[in-house]
Amino acid sequence: MTTTSPQKTNRTPVRLGDRIFTSLSVGSGLLIFAALLAVFLFLLAQSWDAIRASTEVMGQSGEFSLAEFVGPLVFGTVLAAGLALVMAVPVAVGIALFISHFAPRKLATPIGYVVDLLAAVPSVVFGLWGGVWLVPKLEPAFRFLHESLFTRWFPMFQGSDQEVTSPMRNVLAAAVVLAVMILPIITAVSREVFLQVPRLNEEAALALGATRWEMIRTVVLPFGRSGVVSASMLGLGRALGETMAVLMVMAPGLTYTLHVLAVGQHSTIASYIAAQNAESTGLDMSKLIFAGLVLFVITFIINFIARAIVSASSKK
Amino acid sequence: MSSSAVIKDQDLVRGRAAQQSPRPKGPRSAAAREERRLPWYHALVTAGIALALSVVILAGVQALVGLLPEDQQVNLVGRDFSPFSLASVLVFGYVLHLAVAYVYSRLREGRRWAMDRVVTLVVTGAFVIAMIPLVSLLAEVVARGLPRLLTPGFLTGTMQGFTGGADGGGILHAIVGTVLITLGASIISIPIGLFTAVFLVEYSKTGVKRMLGRGVTFLVDVMTGIPSIVAGLFALALFITITNDPGIRSGLMGSVALSLLMIPTVVRSSEEMIRLVPHDLREAALALGVPRWIVTVRVVLRTAIAGLTTSVTLAVARVIGETAPLMFTIGGLTLLNANLFEGRMAALPLVINGQYAAGAAPCSGDTVINYFTRAEYACNTGINLERAWATALTLIILVMVLNVVARLVSYYFAPKTGR
Amino acid sequence: MNVFSRKTIAALGAVSVLALSACGSDGGKPVDGGKADTGKSDSKPVSGKLVGSGASSQGGAQDAWLAGFTAQNPEAQVTYDATGSGKGREAFLSKASDFAGTDDFLDEEEMTKAKDRCEGGTAMNIPVYISPIAVVYNLEGVDDLQLSPETLAGIFAGTITKWDDPKIKADNPDAELPSKPIVPVHRSDKSGTTGNFTDYLSKAAPNEWTHGAIEEWYESGGQSGDKTAGMMSTVKGGDGTIGYADASQAKDVGVAKIKVGEKFVELSAEGAGKTVDDSKPVKDGDLALELNRTTTADGAYPLVLVSYMAVCDTYDSQEKADLVKAYASFVISEQGQKDAESSSGSAPLPAEMSKKAQENVDKIKAK
Repeated sequence: MTTTSPQKTNRTPVRLGDRIFTSLSVGSGLLIFAALLAVFLFLLAQSWDAIRASTEVMGQSGEFSLAEFVGPLVFGTVLAAGLALVMAVPVAVGIALFISHFAPRKLATPIGYVVDLLAAVPSVVFGLWGGVWLVPKLEPAFRFLHESLFTRWFPMFQGSDQEVTSPMRNVLAAAVVLAVMILPIITAVSREVFLQVPRLNEEAALALGATRWEMIRTVVLPFGRSGVVSASMLGLGRALGETMAVLMVMAPGLTYTLHVLAVGQHSTIASYIAAQNAESTGLDMSKLIFAGLVLFVITFIINFIARAIVSASSKK
Repeated sequence: MSSSAVIKDQDLVRGRAAQQSPRPKGPRSAAAREERRLPWYHALVTAGIALALSVVILAGVQALVGLLPEDQQVNLVGRDFSPFSLASVLVFGYVLHLAVAYVYSRLREGRRWAMDRVVTLVVTGAFVIAMIPLVSLLAEVVARGLPRLLTPGFLTGTMQGFTGGADGGGILHAIVGTVLITLGASIISIPIGLFTAVFLVEYSKTGVKRMLGRGVTFLVDVMTGIPSIVAGLFALALFITITNDPGIRSGLMGSVALSLLMIPTVVRSSEEMIRLVPHDLREAALALGVPRWIVTVRVVLRTAIAGLTTSVTLAVARVIGETAPLMFTIGGLTLLNANLFEGRMAALPLVINGQYAAGAAPCSGDTVINYFTRAEYACNTGINLERAWATALTLIILVMVLNVVARLVSYYFAPKTGR
Repeated sequence: MNVFSRKTIAALGAVSVLALSACGSDGGKPVDGGKADTGKSDSKPVSGKLVGSGASSQGGAQDAWLAGFTAQNPEAQVTYDATGSGKGREAFLSKASDFAGTDDFLDEEEMTKAKDRCEGGTAMNIPVYISPIAVVYNLEGVDDLQLSPETLAGIFAGTITKWDDPKIKADNPDAELPSKPIVPVHRSDKSGTTGNFTDYLSKAAPNEWTHGAIEEWYESGGQSGDKTAGMMSTVKGGDGTIGYADASQAKDVGVAKIKVGEKFVELSAEGAGKTVDDSKPVKDGDLALELNRTTTADGAYPLVLVSYMAVCDTYDSQEKADLVKAYASFVISEQGQKDAESSSGSAPLPAEMSKKAQENVDKIKAK
């Protein structure tokens, strides 16, 4: 190192460097505060017209109160992102473990790279692929879930014949695409965390005669838990705000049904904004921006809950 | 199972290096364990058994269902679903394999190792599942995009003057645009993101800073929830307010919109990586009297560089394919503009989206003239979709190259960790 | 930036010169000299920057127009953002753009607002883009489908749900119709195409279609697709599906004939032009059209979208006025309409309409 030798009594330059560095760091933090505040104020200002006029006639397609308008969108957004997360997290943790602890060491890096490739695929392409390739492939499976004796009792797989039509551009198909999209993010962050588990602890466990699984259960997973939760939150953030892929895969609608196989019943905030934005002006646009504000608030709440979970589990 | 098989968590965590810890007594000595563990190719045997079982069972089910009247068939398996297909045999076979492997290993290796085998299978299965979309997607994009990508002039030309079904045109303008805009976004967000992460881990320990740190962590999470389309609208409104020109469009506006989406990803994952740097390292350096900022730069960041590179790469990959924020901010252009600060620009995701939305091209004659080059091109009704897929392939390749570069960086700069 | 664009032109020029000798290295063949002069106008070239935005329906045509126009006037730089009609009009009225492309003409209120923007003059709606809308369907075994407006309205209103419904049978006495459910597909985004389609239904079948002319679909649920591309992939991806799309996109699917008067009329550019000819302006002096959806003119196809270019008759500088005038003239010229036809499959403006449009464009002047 070429730094000032620690023995020197004259520490002024050191302090100066420290001070600059500290203020840069704090400044960046404050900048994020400012940026977010600016976005929030922007959203609020732009949606103010809609908020003020919330009980009046909204749009051409009938009378809406703002809550009635945004309710189904919130429901659809949370439903799609939630389904995606439920599908993606177990698989992502599995892959992360596979790369960090199961795969042959020489293969681990290339395999990690291959999974990262999924993150390299732009969302428009996921949309193209989802609509063209995936939806027809999922159709037999969806039909099975909907019609078979074994699965049709499950409330979420039900729906009328008018609702469950082909092509199956429903919320479950969109959730599958979303799950694939958030998989690499959750995997990459979880993998890095699993790799950081102190080597000595792992070796100690193995030396005590633990199987690999017992070592993972007792050492790796407890160490990585908060990392996995925060990775999932990153993935959830992406799933909630994803626009193009949902837009291109799902036929939207605005209802509160839990029938995930029904076509044209759900919509997400981001894709709704994208679909309606081009031809919306004035109050209609203000209404859309309000939906964006709501998405903002949803992430706020979800993060609040996630934070509570992490801090509760770390206290144990 | 012998008593040594019961392992307490605390013992493990506090355990010292393997060489020093006493080996457990009893029949489970290391040598015995190695003997008892079966070689890997036994998994092939169990897989074979499971697959055969799956084929037999599903073929049987298929035959039985075939005997039923049609409405009963639908009742059992749905309208389009055939129990005996390649996909169903593989999926069912995999599930069977979990059971077969467990029983097999239970009988020959014991309960704990049987569990280990099942988990290995589950984890490998998770990886294979993730490969299905990746492989199919890449195959689809390559099959549909490669022929057009290899057409001379696609990577070196622009769309200037190309209209309708003219069988030509290139995306150089969009490649340059995407690279510059993403670079601009990275220049804005990587320093801010890294400094914020450093602040969160290293400086937000006491008093006001602690409060600020908590707030920032929370807000960064909230920031991940900014819908990409809102980021674009925000950047547009911001620049209109600053310049007072409602028609303003520039690459820089796109960069600002993208950095709003990029910063939280950088902060969140870098924070995680920096937090993982062992405290011993920091304390050792600080104890030597090294100034804190130098410790941060040369010890902490240096140790975390591999993880940091991954997080930055992921953040870039996250934004490079974003369409919505660019729609309102960069305007779109059919010719080359390499000035980030002035004038409209093109970007790859916008080209993909635009060409896909344009759909089939009309062909009223056999040929179409390019007004700028005065060249005549054959008319191809599928040209827009070909360009869309080829542009998608280009974008994927671009991100792959970025990935490789990032990996090389982390390979050469990261201290060796032994893994 | 100009430097770069000129370099590109030079580079592309070099490519085409190379192509002469190398027999089309980039797939293009040079055109012979005589043909290369087509579209050269005799007026002197104009220069400056022209910004337009608006309807995505005419986006493809605008691309062709600005390419053709800037080829004639290399000093001029024209851009068009397909941001959507509403946004285009908003930008035009707030002076963010010099002209707007819009599927709905400027209404009375907007015309009043435009006074300010047009330096005290008035704004003008100039029809520039006519596109027939095809009724597309995907039904195995049926290659020829004929639908009366009432049946079409019934299908999209949800009152006709089976392909072998007596009403569809009455329209198609010869076809063998399966007893499959009908899956109507609509556009999930707000769009002028939906607006014109529902406007047609509400005028031609007012009893069956009670939802009026709407840009956003009237009910939640049902199959839908984003933009024309999404609509087409949904129609193609299902069985028994029916939807509506711009004529140029109606490929690899069935296209239904619709009933006009007593006859079933096939989709055609000429038919669309005839409907425009048979329509009256909303008010004198402007060319905004009240489209005659119930026309009985021979061969007319009333399911048509007309997109306008909104311009001012007065601009703040001579340069801008000249530029707008030259561009608008190019757009409505025979050459411009031919370019639009070859780039986006639109129907050319009927001769009479194009003459009237030129008269209006000639009024453009500086303050």
